[in-house]
Amino acid sequence: MKIRGRTTRSRCIGAATVALVTAFGATACGSDGGSGTGEGEVEVFTWWAQGSEKEGLDALVGVFEEQHSDLKFVNGAVAGGAGSDAKNVLASRLQTNDPPGTFQAHAGAELTDYIEQGDIEPLTDAYAEEGWDQLFPESLLEQIEQEGEYYSVPSNIHRANVVWANPAALEEAGVDPNAEYADLDAWIADLEKIEEAGITPLSIGMDWTQVHLLETVLLADLGVEAYNGLWDGTTDWAGAEVTGALEHYETLLGFTNSDRQSLDWPDATQQVIDGTAAFNVMGDWAEAAFASQDKVFGEDYTTFPVPGTDGVFDFLADSFTLPVGAPNPDASRAWLDTVASAEGQQAFNAAKGSIPANLEADTSEFGEYQQTAIESFAQDPIVSSLAHGSAASVSWLTDITSSISQFGSGGDVASLQEDLAATAEAQLAD
Amino acid sequence: MRRRLQNYGPPLLLIAPSVVLVGVFVYGLIAVNVNTSLTDRHSRAPADGYVGLDNYKALFSDEDFQHALGNLLMYTLAFLVGALFFGFLWAWLLERGARGEGVFRTIYLFPMAVSFIASGVVWRWLLNSAEGERASGINRLLESTGLGFLQNSWWSDENWGILALTLPAIWQLSGYVMALFLAGFRGVPEELREAARVDGVTEWQLYRHVIFPQLSPVALSAIIIVGHMSLKVFDLVMAIAGQTNYTTQVPATQMWIEFTRGDYALSAAIGTVLLLIVAVLIVPYLVYTYRQERNR
Repeated sequence: MKIRGRTTRSRCIGAATVALVTAFGATACGSDGGSGTGEGEVEVFTWWAQGSEKEGLDALVGVFEEQHSDLKFVNGAVAGGAGSDAKNVLASRLQTNDPPGTFQAHAGAELTDYIEQGDIEPLTDAYAEEGWDQLFPESLLEQIEQEGEYYSVPSNIHRANVVWANPAALEEAGVDPNAEYADLDAWIADLEKIEEAGITPLSIGMDWTQVHLLETVLLADLGVEAYNGLWDGTTDWAGAEVTGALEHYETLLGFTNSDRQSLDWPDATQQVIDGTAAFNVMGDWAEAAFASQDKVFGEDYTTFPVPGTDGVFDFLADSFTLPVGAPNPDASRAWLDTVASAEGQQAFNAAKGSIPANLEADTSEFGEYQQTAIESFAQDPIVSSLAHGSAASVSWLTDITSSISQFGSGGDVASLQEDLAATAEAQLAD
Repeated sequence: MRRRLQNYGPPLLLIAPSVVLVGVFVYGLIAVNVNTSLTDRHSRAPADGYVGLDNYKALFSDEDFQHALGNLLMYTLAFLVGALFFGFLWAWLLERGARGEGVFRTIYLFPMAVSFIASGVVWRWLLNSAEGERASGINRLLESTGLGFLQNSWWSDENWGILALTLPAIWQLSGYVMALFLAGFRGVPEELREAARVDGVTEWQLYRHVIFPQLSPVALSAIIIVGHMSLKVFDLVMAIAGQTNYTTQVPATQMWIEFTRGDYALSAAIGTVLLLIVAVLIVPYLVYTYRQERNR
């Protein structure tokens, strides 16, 4: 996951290591990839180096060593920069034809660049041979399919369209904590009341969390079909529907804390935990933040889908690939098999706090919030997250983030929509 | 022939390794960078061909890049003026014989020992833009001392945000400028002062007409050193505001964004533009010092 454990501290340390990593990344990794990966070894390249991500990886490795005791796991994790350091190191390794055994990437459009450059092998045949296509829900397979092929095996699922609420703060503001909102307008009416009560209605953080909010607003106003159409050109970015959504986004941004640019997601979520803010829109990795502070689901905090997106699962998933020229393809396949397996998914997700993509995994031990996500994932239509690399390519997301950042520092809806439409046109033309 | 070899051989051998290393890793890579900036390598895949100056044209017609250049200009001007002003002021005060010079010298010089990343982490908190009850850092200080009206959004301000980042930069580099000026003051021979005093000048006239003119080479060095550091600013922005924040975009952060998304041609073009901007400042200075040394 891109943002889990992305605290202010780790981000700054990340920035500090940026120079070092880029300066020495190529040489350092060149040597351990070239000579270090021997027979019977699989080097797994991730950015899971700390916190619950690390625990999840360790649990997955435990299952892998049980299932494939003849193979040895080599940890190729690169820490820092919320995955961007790892991606730069990975890029230089792929360029010098020194790929790891397998690498982590968000499932979906984020893989586009790797596919176009011929860096990763299609796995469609492996899906059929190993029976992986029977393990994952149909709607998920549709989302991760690219031009008729599967290129990665999802290891875990997160939900992005979740509102986290503090019932105590809501009651203090005179708002019913159990209210159900049919659409954004109903929600906005309550946000106004909360603002009048002197509580931050909606907490938010830096640019990518704003893109995250935008994505859920687009989904709420456009609905599943039109939202999906944004990414293949069938929905017009310059159209009136998008204008309406952007106006909602502007209104919602008006209810947020003024210091948003200084905060990362844990800081924004913390405001809801502390009760200084009523709501926060964040992916369900936020669950770990509540749980680690001994907050009780249903009492100290509640969740509901972003108003207008009820019955839709806005997903993002980590996944593993098979790089072209992997030193030991059979070992890589074995790793992917463990990733796909019910045991692997159960162990990994229980530790990481996400939910299994594999419907056969035993989830009876999972927490109360996770049960709601598991239920929704199994029955609701699934759409791809923008902010987390599933819906649009890295390049497109970079442009959208830059437009959103500009808008957040005093832009207007009309020029934001113009920017977004121009970006979409350029990206879809490529 | 043999004598010439004996004369020139050993020195040549001695400098050869550094000439080769600098040639390959500095000038060679600059050439590669310029070459990349002329291609259409907009992804991680190899380039298809050359596109001339198209990347530069695209860059200079891009509003975001213009915004970044504007920010860089504002930042550099404010940083230069601030660092020179405080550096000069402190040096002058110490030169005038303030007590405890050694202590003050250390205190003023010390921030320079801290890396921009480390101080950036602290300044990120100090320059937090929350106001009122949730204020922290400087805003909190203003709030609690009754100066609440002075609270502002610092680097999140849509027009002047970049200027907030000059606060930590000035804080870090003023001490260094002070050290430069202090050395300059000490370099003025005592005889000159005595001669001027014998002639009956006032203290102000002594400084204005005898000492300050002799400090101009020091001032020039300070401008060059602080100026080129300022034009390359990256670490401070990354540590305080992060790479995507719009109000504090500078060319170096844009270069990083383009590099990270895999647009190698465009990031190489930004790198070349940055190099040229710094060269505009550095090259005349190098020519000037070279001439000075030759005249000696």
